[in-house]
Amino acid sequence: MTNLAIAATGLRKSYRDKNGEKVVLDGIDLNVPEGTVFSLLGPNGAGKTTTVQILSTLIPADAGTVRVAGHDLARNPDDVRGAIGVTGQYSAVDKLLTGEENLLLMADLEHLSRRDGRRRAAELLERFDLVEAGRKPAGTYSGGMQRRLDLAMTLVGEPRLIFLDEPTTGLDPRSRRAMWQTVRELVRNGVTIFLTTQYLEEADELADRIAVLDHGRLIAEGTSEELKRLIPGGHVSLRFPDDDALKDALGALGRGFVDPADDDGLTLQVPSDGGVASLRDLLARLDAAGVEPAALSVHTPDLDDVFLTLTGQTQEASR
Amino acid sequence: MSTLALALRDSSTMTRRQLKRLVRYPSMTVQLIVTPVIILLLFVYVFGGTLGKGLGGGRDAYIDYVVPGILLMTAATAATGTAVMVATDMKEGIIARFRTMRIFRASVLTGHVIAAVVQQLLGMAALIGIALAIGFRPDAGVLEWLGAIGMLTLFAVSITWLTVALGLKSATPEAASNAPMPLVFLPFLGSGFVPTDSMPTVLRWFAEYQPFTPIMETLRGLLLGTPIGDSAAIAAAWCVGLTAVSYLWAKKTFNKG
Repeated sequence: MTNLAIAATGLRKSYRDKNGEKVVLDGIDLNVPEGTVFSLLGPNGAGKTTTVQILSTLIPADAGTVRVAGHDLARNPDDVRGAIGVTGQYSAVDKLLTGEENLLLMADLEHLSRRDGRRRAAELLERFDLVEAGRKPAGTYSGGMQRRLDLAMTLVGEPRLIFLDEPTTGLDPRSRRAMWQTVRELVRNGVTIFLTTQYLEEADELADRIAVLDHGRLIAEGTSEELKRLIPGGHVSLRFPDDDALKDALGALGRGFVDPADDDGLTLQVPSDGGVASLRDLLARLDAAGVEPAALSVHTPDLDDVFLTLTGQTQEASR
Repeated sequence: MSTLALALRDSSTMTRRQLKRLVRYPSMTVQLIVTPVIILLLFVYVFGGTLGKGLGGGRDAYIDYVVPGILLMTAATAATGTAVMVATDMKEGIIARFRTMRIFRASVLTGHVIAAVVQQLLGMAALIGIALAIGFRPDAGVLEWLGAIGMLTLFAVSITWLTVALGLKSATPEAASNAPMPLVFLPFLGSGFVPTDSMPTVLRWFAEYQPFTPIMETLRGLLLGTPIGDSAAIAAAWCVGLTAVSYLWAKKTFNKG
């Protein structure tokens, strides 16, 4: 059995406000093996940040048992703190200090020697492309640079488990890709990543396992492939030059329907798993009937479909 | 590393952080010293002639009388700034980061306190400089000066822990700037600007028993040679007590948040 970086069972959290009790986490279980990327996916307000806050010792859970990096969260929070690093969605840098000073501050708090601290700070400035900006106050940095500095600060202590709470929210596509690259490098070196995101593409790109959180409950969990299989919606789209060809094709295939989105009514959607065998079969039937499609495209459901279907269902159910 | 060594190391790291921030943001410090300087000039040049006569002297006698009160006001004004700084800092993501690190937690607050005390002592030194320039004539020797600096430092530490706690309690930086306001006015309701025996009974009772009065009397005694009596002991007790209560309050509030 592989070791678990995070093992949580029955995690609960609710807040009391003037409208009464609001349940944020309604008994969730999480198992994150070491050296993997686990992504918690969910719409705004689903409880993602609360989960990260509990797992990173910021707030206590109301119920549930949690072990993080092998330590009991409730009993030995300081041991947990020694093993983790957190980069939240709001940049946790000191804006009045320079980039370099921020890194040296972390080195001091990690109790590195002065020499090791300087070396580590220089390394990280280099690695995150902040050498030139290193002597300027972090308040003058762009959003992407602050996020890079933020992650660099998290890495000063070389944590084995890193929480990334919406690390690319508000970043431009280039910065986002750079962040992904960094995450991949960390995982290659054996670091465990707990990632929350609203971006399905991000979870798809990075995560070994994805859990979908909605209204404080985990409504699905698995690899990105497994999740995609949860919902139907794969089809092949065939466009024909004229009405007769479309009718012939429909006759030859025996299934499919005209895509209502095509104003000309010349596109046929045929349900399909998108595999090579079924495509070959489909084309052979068309060949035999002497119909030649003008264009063909394959649509497999993406995580967007999964997400919308799953979170939509629970919304219906809760109504 | 032992717990104590860890506490000392983290506290000194956090103090360096705050001192750097003060240097980066000097307008705050300058702004905090402006108000007490204006009050000093106002009371010496506008009211000083008349108030000095009431003390049996003139404007010069009044400068000597009023400086200790304005020194406390300087510390209190700067402490208001500390409350705002703490409240603002708590909103920053970096505090959440500190909370997820294995560090001595109270060091975040200790850093604020030590830097603020340094800031207040600088402000008080500036005020004493200006007071000397316009005619403040203390007759203190080296020992008395050291005693006065000690008293002011003790006062600065206690009032800063109190304002740090108030800053932590405040929901917004705006609220944090209002909460310590009464402290700025306490020198007026004590022996800061006029002797307490000139006040009506109820006010005099308050003025004599509130903590600022024995502190101001101690400073007057050290700097100007007036009798101190038991003021020094009462002043020290107030400061130590206030520090202890505020420290525990601040620590509890910070750990909860």
